Amino acid sequence: MIEVDVRGFSCPIPVVKTKKAIDENPDEPITVLVETVVSKENVGRLASSRGYTVQEEKVAGDEYRLFLTPREK
Amino acid sequence: MSRFWISRAWIILGGFIFGVLATLLTMWGNPPNMGICVACFYRDIAGGLGLHRAGVVQYLRPEIMGFVFGALISAYAFKEFRPRGGSSPIIRFLLGAFFMIGALVFLGCPIRALVRLAGGDLNGITALLGVIFGAFIGIRFLKGGYNLGRSGKVSTVSAWMVPLFMLTLLLLVIFKPHFLFFSQKGPGAMHALLWISLAAGLFVGFIAQRTRMCFVGGWRDIMLVKDFYLFSGIAAFFFGALICNYALGNFSSGLYHWGFDNQPVAHADHLWNFLGMTLAGLSATLLGGCPLRQTILAGEGDTDAGITILGLIAGAAFSHNFLLASSPKGVGEFGPLTVIIGLVFSLAIGFSMMERAR
Repeated sequence: MIEVDVRGFSCPIPVVKTKKAIDENPDEPITVLVETVVSKENVGRLASSRGYTVQEEKVAGDEYRLFLTPREK
Repeated sequence: MSRFWISRAWIILGGFIFGVLATLLTMWGNPPNMGICVACFYRDIAGGLGLHRAGVVQYLRPEIMGFVFGALISAYAFKEFRPRGGSSPIIRFLLGAFFMIGALVFLGCPIRALVRLAGGDLNGITALLGVIFGAFIGIRFLKGGYNLGRSGKVSTVSAWMVPLFMLTLLLLVIFKPHFLFFSQKGPGAMHALLWISLAAGLFVGFIAQRTRMCFVGGWRDIMLVKDFYLFSGIAAFFFGALICNYALGNFSSGLYHWGFDNQPVAHADHLWNFLGMTLAGLSATLLGGCPLRQTILAGEGDTDAGITILGLIAGAAFSHNFLLASSPKGVGEFGPLTVIIGLVFSLAIGFSMMERAR
């Protein structure tokens, strides 16, 4: 399982790091650890546009773990 | 998917109203083609506090205070107020200062570039091309692993410093103690009534916090991830301002005209308009957002954005104290040289803060 930790990074770094993980691991599920609502929105929007389904799990406080799963082609 | 469309509808609506407000503020007293210019307004605040002595651009602009209060209220209401900081603050300060120096060579931030274009000033196109080119360079660094490091939690007291600073400025502009500087003529003397400016700022601050509106990020995201979300706010803002200018008859009355020359509070030096805004676009991309976005983030508890704002104010003071800023007569004596220094500085930061290099 590929996990990207973007906690503490401000926009647009979480998106850049998630995009890199997607580009390097096509068709693989990826989890992204974020800690702001803005990062959650931005990473979610990127993943949806790249054909991933996005599920979120609240970890603690403002922290979320996003599960990005490639949709069946 | 439905949530996506709702949010896109909000940023389009918000951007449109913001554009209309920018034009209306001109009618209500703000300088022509400068209904809202975040760079110009920080420059005026720096002047009002006496940090520079350019007598025509000194006023404590309540719009800026409104942006912070609007964002603060929104962030608390939606549980998004997060005290944070510590991501290379001194670099952010200097990038903020160089942003301002670049913007004041053009005489406007990426928002005013749109306001000017919507008022017929075609120099806005040169400026926007500069912003886009600057963002394009910044993206090369982002793709190479550039970042300013992670921020961490800070105390709520730290996070309240910018809102309290803005509250202090508001009290100063209400009571106008004699040690402050208020322009008697020129753009600094042109302003809407205090409560109108403040209310407009509050409204824009609120919607900008909700929609994450950013006038550099919109161009960046198109090139970086083909995401048009933030750009839709930019486009809506432009059309809002343009339609409002026509509806108010600003073109037929002769207040505005289409062209490069003889535009209000502007000059037509294409090379330095372009390169000044290249510096603005690059530094804002390295910072993660335009001055409006930084102002909103500072209202949400981001102390790094707060430091960036102080950098903007310092940059404005340098600009007017050292003959860097342009005037309607043309670029300042040392403006071009400082833009080149700023570009070299920004490129050096870009290269040295890539994860491979560190």
